[in-house]
Amino acid sequence: MSTETRNEKVVKLDADGHLANREEWTKELAQEFANHEGVGVLTDRHWVVINYIRDEFEKKGDAPSIRKLTKESGVSTKELYKLFPKGPAKKAAKIAGLPKPKGCI
Amino acid sequence: MTQFVMKEEVEKNDSSNAEKPIKKVSIIISKGSLDAVYPGLIMGNGARMEGIEATLFFTFFGLEAIIDKKMDKLKVPTVGNPAMHIPTMVGGLPGMSSFATKKMKDEMEKLDIPPVREFIEMIHDTGAEIYACKATVDMFHLDKGDFCEQVDDIITVGEFYEKSAGAEIIFT
Repeated sequence: MSTETRNEKVVKLDADGHLANREEWTKELAQEFANHEGVGVLTDRHWVVINYIRDEFEKKGDAPSIRKLTKESGVSTKELYKLFPKGPAKKAAKIAGLPKPKGCI
Repeated sequence: MTQFVMKEEVEKNDSSNAEKPIKKVSIIISKGSLDAVYPGLIMGNGARMEGIEATLFFTFFGLEAIIDKKMDKLKVPTVGNPAMHIPTMVGGLPGMSSFATKKMKDEMEKLDIPPVREFIEMIHDTGAEIYACKATVDMFHLDKGDFCEQVDDIITVGEFYEKSAGAEIIFT
């Protein structure tokens, strides 16, 4: 368990560096995670992905596979890798305030 | 500006012999049965998911996975594999391999693992490079037109090593 300080506010992370308490997630915090992950300003297309994986997590208890994500969200694999360079599954989950995805695909 | 620092990271950076994360992998796929092709594809795709650069090099019967007319027809062998737990004589009966292949494909679909063609497209879309081995291409009298469009080039073993500079090489 680790913590971080941001403007006097402390946000707890889990061992993987993802948000420890999902209830603390806000859109502003998502943007802060995005800055830290080198993703930059979140666009509408980023939000399509973030909202989709949050919905899926709500229903299934884990982030969706990239295959499912690209088929159902309308964001292609190529675009996904552009939106979240260097590890889309993990980065998108982190920004969405979700734990590290468990799937292999 | 927010600075995120994890306790573990600080500790890791302190030790001089810190483990370095893998940045790049070169995966050689040398066998053409369904069960031999998938591990390489899953590792290649998995590398990209982790932000690791990946190059896939298909050689010998592994080429079947990128030959346009063959990649949809890869099969699971039912003889010569003790882990299948099917007696060799039974495994050799007509239709056994097709049956085992169908069972495996059904199970993989449940896990959201795509069929070979779709998987190759997906891996290529992640930015991974896909190459065919020149020696094998010559031996089997193939040319670029025999391969699926995701194949970036036909390269020699020397070129493979050049492209693998700084990479971990994984042979499957």
